[in-house]
Amino acid sequence: MMLALEIAISALLVLGGIFGLIGSIGLIKLQEPMQRLHAPTKATTVGVGTALIASSADLVFQTGTVTGQEVLVAIFLFLTAPLAALYLAKAHIFGTIDRATLPDPQTGTPWATLDNRNADGRSAGAANKTI
Amino acid sequence: MILAYALAFATGCFGLALVLNLWRLFTAPTVPDRILAVDTMSINMIALIVLYGVQSGTALLFEAALIMAMTGFVATVAYAKYLLRGSIIE
Repeated sequence: MMLALEIAISALLVLGGIFGLIGSIGLIKLQEPMQRLHAPTKATTVGVGTALIASSADLVFQTGTVTGQEVLVAIFLFLTAPLAALYLAKAHIFGTIDRATLPDPQTGTPWATLDNRNADGRSAGAANKTI
Repeated sequence: MILAYALAFATGCFGLALVLNLWRLFTAPTVPDRILAVDTMSINMIALIVLYGVQSGTALLFEAALIMAMTGFVATVAYAKYLLRGSIIE
């Protein structure tokens, strides 16, 4: 039983390490910017996720204490990783796209990212500069 | 026994990933790529902190990992927002 648990924790750690490394290799090797966005998000979810599971299992196994903090870290990472990826994809798209080819958003206002006004009507300064 | 080897392997993997990210940070072709490299570096740091917690057998380091996750996410979003809008808090 003890040995089986140890082997399971070790397998999780090895899997997490391999995924973390693959994520960084993909960041360097992939050609397109959108492809490069794909690799490190897998490193986040699988790599750090398995490391957190292995860590909490090891803690229960070694000392018998159950903590909720690793669950918090996991929830926070799984919530924020897609958001960070979304923002980076947006930065990439608005940096490379020809803005004349954007469709009309049909709301009477310009695209929110390209809107040169603040909520109070002041100019947002350098909002429309090219990236 | 097995656990020690697996821990060393995982730490080595994440350390190597951190070095690769650093290299990417210096050689990236576009600015969003650099932001992505910094974001991945913070993720790998979280993994290293968690692995160090396994090695030292303490639950204290989870809080450090949580702070790292928060600041890493806020930094990434702030960089991307600056690229998109030219300002962070409008």
